[in-house]
Amino acid sequence: MNNNEIKGNIHSIETFGLVDGPGVRFVIFLKGCKMRCKFCHNPDTWSGEGQRLTASEIFNKAKRYKSYWRNNGGITVSGGEPLLQMEFITELFKLAKKENISAAIDTAGQPFSTEEKWLTKFKSLAEVTDLFILDLKEMDPAGHKELTGVDNSNILEMARWLSQNEKRMWIRHVLVPGITDGEDDLKKMHEFIAGLKTVEKVEILPYHTLGTLKWAELNKKYPLEGVPTPTSEQIEAANRILHTELYK
Amino acid sequence: MDIRNTEAWNGFEGRIWKEEINVRDFIQKNYRPYDGDEAFLEEPTEATNILWNKVQELQKEERANGGILDMETKIVTGLTAYGAGYIDSDNKELEKIVGLQTDRPLKRAFMPFGGIKMAEQACTTNGYTPDPELHKIFTEYVTTHNQGVFDAYTPEMKAVRHNKIITGLPDTYGRGRIVGDYRRVALYGIDYLIEQKKKDFANCGDGTMTEEVIRLREEISKQIRALNGMKEMAAIYGYDISGPATNAREAVQWLYFGYLAAIKTQNGAAMSVGRVSTFLDIYIQRDIDNGIITEKEAQELIDHLVMKFRIVKFARIPSYNQLFSGDPVWATLEVAGIGVDGRSMVTKNDFRFLHTLENMGPSPEPNLTVLYSSALPENFKKYASKISINTSSVQYENDDVMKPVWGDDYSICCCVSATQTGKEMQFFGARANLAKCLLYAINGGVDAKTREQCGPMIRPITSEYLDYDEVIQKYEIMMDWLAGVYVNALNLIHYMHDKYFYEAAEMALIDTDVRRTFATGIAGFSHVVDSLSAIKYAKVRTERDTDGIVLHYYTEGDFPKYGNDDDRADDIAVWLLRTFLDKVKKHHTYRNSEPTTSILTITSNVVYGKATGDMPDGRKAGEPLSPGANPSYGAEKSGLLASLNSVAKLPYHIALDGISNTQTINPDALGHDAQERINNLVQVMDGYFDQGAHHLNVNVFGTDKLIDAMEHPEKEEYANFTIRVSGYAVKFIDLTREQQLDVISRTCHETL
Repeated sequence: MNNNEIKGNIHSIETFGLVDGPGVRFVIFLKGCKMRCKFCHNPDTWSGEGQRLTASEIFNKAKRYKSYWRNNGGITVSGGEPLLQMEFITELFKLAKKENISAAIDTAGQPFSTEEKWLTKFKSLAEVTDLFILDLKEMDPAGHKELTGVDNSNILEMARWLSQNEKRMWIRHVLVPGITDGEDDLKKMHEFIAGLKTVEKVEILPYHTLGTLKWAELNKKYPLEGVPTPTSEQIEAANRILHTELYK
Repeated sequence: MDIRNTEAWNGFEGRIWKEEINVRDFIQKNYRPYDGDEAFLEEPTEATNILWNKVQELQKEERANGGILDMETKIVTGLTAYGAGYIDSDNKELEKIVGLQTDRPLKRAFMPFGGIKMAEQACTTNGYTPDPELHKIFTEYVTTHNQGVFDAYTPEMKAVRHNKIITGLPDTYGRGRIVGDYRRVALYGIDYLIEQKKKDFANCGDGTMTEEVIRLREEISKQIRALNGMKEMAAIYGYDISGPATNAREAVQWLYFGYLAAIKTQNGAAMSVGRVSTFLDIYIQRDIDNGIITEKEAQELIDHLVMKFRIVKFARIPSYNQLFSGDPVWATLEVAGIGVDGRSMVTKNDFRFLHTLENMGPSPEPNLTVLYSSALPENFKKYASKISINTSSVQYENDDVMKPVWGDDYSICCCVSATQTGKEMQFFGARANLAKCLLYAINGGVDAKTREQCGPMIRPITSEYLDYDEVIQKYEIMMDWLAGVYVNALNLIHYMHDKYFYEAAEMALIDTDVRRTFATGIAGFSHVVDSLSAIKYAKVRTERDTDGIVLHYYTEGDFPKYGNDDDRADDIAVWLLRTFLDKVKKHHTYRNSEPTTSILTITSNVVYGKATGDMPDGRKAGEPLSPGANPSYGAEKSGLLASLNSVAKLPYHIALDGISNTQTINPDALGHDAQERINNLVQVMDGYFDQGAHHLNVNVFGTDKLIDAMEHPEKEEYANFTIRVSGYAVKFIDLTREQQLDVISRTCHETL
């Protein structure tokens, strides 16, 4: 199949994304994710069919927002899990590269693999990607599996790979009180991040419950019922442990 | 004395403006552009704080009294109807700029010339009893504007009025929207202005007394009387404004007296101040350079002037308040813009005006308007953006699209409409409810609510499913009819307004050889666009009652909606605008004025909505129409910028009276920190306006507004209040109270 005809499975588009990458972003949310994070605020992107568009179709839509980007904005692909649709994103980002438009991926890294066939595809994608926004959910392997349903070793492996291959990175961590805010775990996360060379920003995303509506709409029971959102003290504490101020 | 020798003009450059009334030339020859930042700005003085606290106390009292502090019941308003009035009569020496509409702040004058019934009703509905003698005078001896209009209205005009397909006709109060060039009072003084008007009077006509000449001669005489009246009014406050202002304080005071004359004599729906900022900076800068005043004193002058604009009040009737809720006066005042020669017109004074929102807190009045261009100095754009984020009190209009049409000395004469300062006036009024018009087209001109044959009796559509071509054909017929009645009702209204409620004080500060625009308006814009799109791209089934009137529509399938940057819908939007203006243009317009149109509803979209039935786009009967040119609530599926792009496609030159767009941005969605938010907002506005869009109301809400929205979800401004949380959006008022509290607590980082 010709790569130009690969169609992305798209959940939705946000033309006014200001927190998912530098500047003003055209954010493409893709369908499909193999993680089942208990705090997920987009469970409606986990599976199913969305709108099917080719890379150039979506790129032409995105370009309509060039006047808002100036030299501080561009395209971010999020999800769902974007790395499940690498060929499509690679095509899209190639088009962006040609016109000097910034291209970022917001990923949880779950599909990452060093298996040759996969890694080859990933390398082509990384070549045309300006920024990886990587979510680290949890350091403790057992805890990660409990929270997200999947292992985290390949996710950490991806972070190291990006570092070794000099790919720019932002690290984000969703802070859930009593679950992802353990001091030891955050310390381990800080040590891990400190070992990476290409991290430009570390950000705490305070857990919020606004996604619970979507769980209800999907007739799914919300696993974190009753878990509070973090207080400003808890957020500050996490910022201190992760030394987020060093990455600004 | 030859005015050219006046010492008042010492230090000012230029020649032409000294030989004729030409404020623009004065500004261009003398203003000093400023591209620095806001660091020079000063805090309020003690006097400002005392006075502003007093005003706030009075405003509190006013709210507690149900919205009215005091009303006049005996004295008919006029330039010299009252003695001097002060914000705080025990502290009048604190007021650097003086002058009130009546004898005490927030007291509403009795203005019967628009219509005695309305003036009386304004009193009685608020618990005041007007003097019966006034009733006798203004019914038996004096003809009011309202009387004149109703003496001449046709049955058809009355029908469109009570069937509410045309709403908001200015037939019961002042038409407003006329901006006197109040700067002229400061620059030239009253005597020179009278001298010039006398020349115009002498040169008016060749002796052949056509109606036109007679009318103009009478008008000039009224203007000269008003100018003399202004001098007397100023004298009551101890000022002689016969000559030019000699310093900054006088310039501000003289200018304000000009505006005060307007608001003492007229109760127009919009009583705008105009483009005064750059002009006043010239006087302030001269005084600062000469060591006469300090920056602190300069800011105080502007704060005190703005305080006066914040307390302008008119007595209104309940139906007026429904159309324009919140007691607005549109004391619109502009800052910034770029000159025709390419120089930025931003001065320090433009910062000072915006700074009043910090010194005295956010306020709806004066309606501060930034004439925007991406070419404005970065420092100014950032400061304006900061003020927007903190106060949600500023609107933006695209100087790049207005300047080619109106030059670089235009004012905004209402919400968004441009007018050349001192050179133009507007005949404005009402909006045609094009949504209701579409329903008339389907129902053969019958109003589904009143069951009257209001429109022309064309054959109704009888098919179960609507056919696009058939609907368009009938809609064009119905729009043609509506445009005709609308224009002619306005012709009649403005004739009577000129005759019985002439704006002598404002017109005295405008060139005698005035250009006139004729501003029509559209309501229900997005609903027509989406409804036509539904008919074209989906299947719309009709449901009729026993009389054969379609009351409900059922739409099967998906269709593109205006607000998603989708050409299929947006092309219909452009077609609609173009078609309506073409139909307006067919008709004769009073005094050979130039017809324009606007997509601008203010808060009247709620009232219009009440009178409008179900629409094929899914909007239910009675629900508010979407305001102005805004896409419909819930139609936008791809975020703010897609919505902005749709609105930006509407060509300004087809809607020269303005295309209003109001958007709300959550601070959390705008960026992580204050600096990032400021930069991002600037970037959004650059991107939007560089595409040729006309207008943007920017709302950025903080915690206080979230709490207010939770307590008062019925307020219209909260209807489309969307919050974004990392990756998705939700309407705030759709959340449960628990969730709202959650959002609030996360926004303010403290437990409630």
